[in-house]
Amino acid sequence: MKIMTCPFNGPRPVSEFFYWGEIRPMPDPATCSDESWADYIFNRNGAPGVKQEWWCHIASNTWFIAERNTEKDLVLRTYLFEEEL
Amino acid sequence: MRLPPVPGEWLDRSVDVSFSFEGKTYRGHAGDTISSALLAADAGILGRSFKYHRPRSVLSMANHDVNAVCQWGDRPNVRADVTRLQAGMDLAAVNTFGGLKSDKASVLGSLSRFLPVGFYYKSFHTKRLFPMWERLFRTLTGLGKVSFNTPHIRTAKRYGFCDVLVIGAGPSGLAAALAAAEQGAEVVVVDENARAGGSGGYVRGGFGPQAEQLADDPLTRVLAHPGVRLMTETYAAGYYADHWVALVGGDVLTKMRTKSVVVASGAYEQPAVFRNNDLPGIMLASAAQRLIYRYAVRPMQQAVVLTANQDGYRAALDLAAHGVEIVAVLDLRLSSTASEPELAVKARGIPVLPGHHIVEALPGANGKSVVGAIVAGRGKMRTLACDGILMSIGWAPAANLLYQAGTRMRYEQSLEQFVPDTLPPGVFACGRVNGVHTLSARRLDGQRAGSAAAAHAGFGDARVITVPAEMECPTHPWPIVAHPKGKNFVDFDEDLQLKDFENAVQEGFDNIELLKRFSTVGMGPSQGKHSNMNALRILARLTGREPQQVGTTTARPFFHPVPMSLLGGRGFSPERRTPLHARHEALGAQWMMASVWQRPEHYRLTDKDRQQCIREEAMAVRQNVGLIDVGTLGKLEVIGPQAAELLERVYISKYANLKVGMTRYAVMCDESGVVIDDGVVGRLAEDHFYFTTTTSGAATIYRELSRLNTMWRLDCGIVNHTGAFAAVNLAGPKSRALLSRLTSLDLSATAFPYLALREGVVAGIPARLMRVGFVGEWGYEIHVPANQGATLWDALMAAGKAFALRPFGVEAQRLLRLEKGHIIIGQDTDGLTNPFDVGLEWALKMDKPFFVGQRSLHVIGRQPRKQKLVGFVLDAQFNGSAPQECHLVIDCGEIAGRVTSIAWSPTLGCHIGLAFVRPELAETGTAIAIRLTDRSTVSATVARTPFYDPDNLKQKEPA
Repeated sequence: MKIMTCPFNGPRPVSEFFYWGEIRPMPDPATCSDESWADYIFNRNGAPGVKQEWWCHIASNTWFIAERNTEKDLVLRTYLFEEEL
Repeated sequence: MRLPPVPGEWLDRSVDVSFSFEGKTYRGHAGDTISSALLAADAGILGRSFKYHRPRSVLSMANHDVNAVCQWGDRPNVRADVTRLQAGMDLAAVNTFGGLKSDKASVLGSLSRFLPVGFYYKSFHTKRLFPMWERLFRTLTGLGKVSFNTPHIRTAKRYGFCDVLVIGAGPSGLAAALAAAEQGAEVVVVDENARAGGSGGYVRGGFGPQAEQLADDPLTRVLAHPGVRLMTETYAAGYYADHWVALVGGDVLTKMRTKSVVVASGAYEQPAVFRNNDLPGIMLASAAQRLIYRYAVRPMQQAVVLTANQDGYRAALDLAAHGVEIVAVLDLRLSSTASEPELAVKARGIPVLPGHHIVEALPGANGKSVVGAIVAGRGKMRTLACDGILMSIGWAPAANLLYQAGTRMRYEQSLEQFVPDTLPPGVFACGRVNGVHTLSARRLDGQRAGSAAAAHAGFGDARVITVPAEMECPTHPWPIVAHPKGKNFVDFDEDLQLKDFENAVQEGFDNIELLKRFSTVGMGPSQGKHSNMNALRILARLTGREPQQVGTTTARPFFHPVPMSLLGGRGFSPERRTPLHARHEALGAQWMMASVWQRPEHYRLTDKDRQQCIREEAMAVRQNVGLIDVGTLGKLEVIGPQAAELLERVYISKYANLKVGMTRYAVMCDESGVVIDDGVVGRLAEDHFYFTTTTSGAATIYRELSRLNTMWRLDCGIVNHTGAFAAVNLAGPKSRALLSRLTSLDLSATAFPYLALREGVVAGIPARLMRVGFVGEWGYEIHVPANQGATLWDALMAAGKAFALRPFGVEAQRLLRLEKGHIIIGQDTDGLTNPFDVGLEWALKMDKPFFVGQRSLHVIGRQPRKQKLVGFVLDAQFNGSAPQECHLVIDCGEIAGRVTSIAWSPTLGCHIGLAFVRPELAETGTAIAIRLTDRSTVSATVARTPFYDPDNLKQKEPA
């Protein structure tokens, strides 16, 4: 089983985590077109590569960002969302 | 034949073990395997082959073939070569007709030319004959018989942890373990054999253990080291991500997490391919050595040794030292390498024939033994009499786990072997699997790998150790001899001969993966351990390519087949119980699962059926008062200056304007505008809200709100009280009178109006009370700390006696809320339902600056409606079989909707329900047709909801 590193709790088995999905910036609902909104809602980029994703360590309810190479199945780094702001 | 005691043998000769095989009783010793005991007793052949039912005996003595497979009572496919003999075993060879000795199906051998490779697929080509062929194949081929009455076996799963896991306790593995442990790492060594030592114990080249081994026995040192744990009779079945290795030993599966792995799994000795190479008595040299040194069994009297490396000469010396006459050593190589064992063989006067190969082995009169070999070389052919042939022509790396770990392998020409080229981080290889064959070099290689593995795990630095190159090539690139009459087996599991490969390639299956699937090479129980390398060499030659270009098939778990009993077992799916569980149990609760929660569906009364109980519970709420455990609801709290802002953004209604001490219904949508959850939001203070979610949504809603709050960085925090609070709903016309006996709170309609939230003390317990109307009666949801839930329940039940209080379950609640027209998210909605569909426009506040789903609902709001959730009633006189949830609404022969809820209402005296229908059918009074499972239709009438108390008078103080 893969190991995921929670920024608070350290390396844990991936079964303790919840995967949300890739971070996707929301277009401004007030100004964007229906088409670009629909694209945001329904389309996902499935191409393999380096992705920034939301993950949650379920037991401690810690949300964080995992930078993952989905082509090579590598977790490159994990960090709290606040750290990147 | 059993030898006199051999130094180092694994037998305990003081213990006799009696067992039976094919109906005959035999005796072995403790420490024997089934095969060794049978060979010691000269019991004859051990098995029949899979397809042609040819007589077979030991080939590898190491679980690299399945010539000897037994049925042991309920247990199918017991591998005789490696299964420890146990007293009272009642064994029979698998896949025989009329017994092993005179298997009637052996006639198939003479029909083999009518059964070419791919016959199976080709014969299945016509549908008409398929059933006949299938029956025939399933009868004639196969392994053990599965007993469907096998008792259920509980097996344990263990979780193990170590710094360095060494797979294989042979010379290189032990050296690696020691090197890693000396650097301070916690080391686990696993080996599938009953004892550690690997080939160090049986490749001796003559008399005692090799001199260098005696001088410094690594096994003794490993056993003495406190940092090493040795697990014998345990094999690494599979490698999984981040160094998670499944270890199978006995009845236990250990999931071992390690920081680094040393694969010292050695190599499989490979058979030579020549006509009749499967006759009993023909075996791999290492098999003979195992028989001698582990089990003190002399495998034959007169042996021909076929070799292409010094291992074969060593084996010849081992045989000669134990009374076997060596007729000749045939060396496939043209010239001598003058290795030490070769010189020793020659010094003993054993004839050595360089540049010779075996053309054909000669079977005895009964076909169950070998009586000679036709050999060729230097332009001459001759026949050598013998009763056994040793094959020592080379090795294939036991690289299964390396492949699984993602190692890139390279074909090393100088060794004629695949060796690791690029190893993944934290994975190390040493010894034969790494292309190092000389004993002293294997030790060094082990030290190198062990030290590097320990360093990777954070212990010390990797030592620089130079491993000398091999002096000779240990493996012959083409140990294969064609024969016009065939029966030169490549895969002993599947009875595949050389010509089968030629035919497969001719048919176009010239890629290794295609060849495998068409010919089934390597797909038998030994998974190609003795066949894949030869198959690859054959394919390379037939297609004019190098082995590197041909490549290998994908190695997948498991290394050996793992019993289903170890793979099955208890899954971990926790169930939650509310703090009132024991109370419900005592009241006769009939349980149901509501997401992860156990909830009372209804309370069983001895003299009444389920339907009666449910209706009575519902009527008790309508007429007097009822009590239901609602502790499964998600119970969240949000606190902070921006608490209201968070709720404004996640729910479709407004909460900034909610008065302190009041509650409001709350509906949550996802970004696409689909309704995903509902609950009640109560305001305890300006910056403090207490709110509920659905039972099934509790965990996910809390998680998603936490994420949104993390992302939005609002100045508020969310607390999940779901498990911390017990909650009940006390509902019914007499609920207020009952509650007033237990609390000093002013319960008057003015002081505690409908939808109000109050904090107070009930039955001496601090509580939060909400006046809710889910079931359509005057009622209170009472939330208290979980550890006081039972006390509250008891107090309510005691005080309720005077009011005919009845506890009610989920079914009665579903009926009551249906009468009131309240929807249940997930039952009356699905993954496409938006608030417009279910009449929640009143809750939808599109004039808010933002909420999740708002932008999508803007778009949806502009589009025509596709469906509408409506109430419907069946005629009061209806007494047929009623529609059920999910039955379809049919209009003009088309699907026009479906029933989401339906029940017989004792209050209204008819069936009532909710259904999605097309908007044109949504008008009150419209007749709709509902199709039942038996395709008959029931007509219903669209009705206004709520069915019960449409003006909500029950929540008002009687005038």
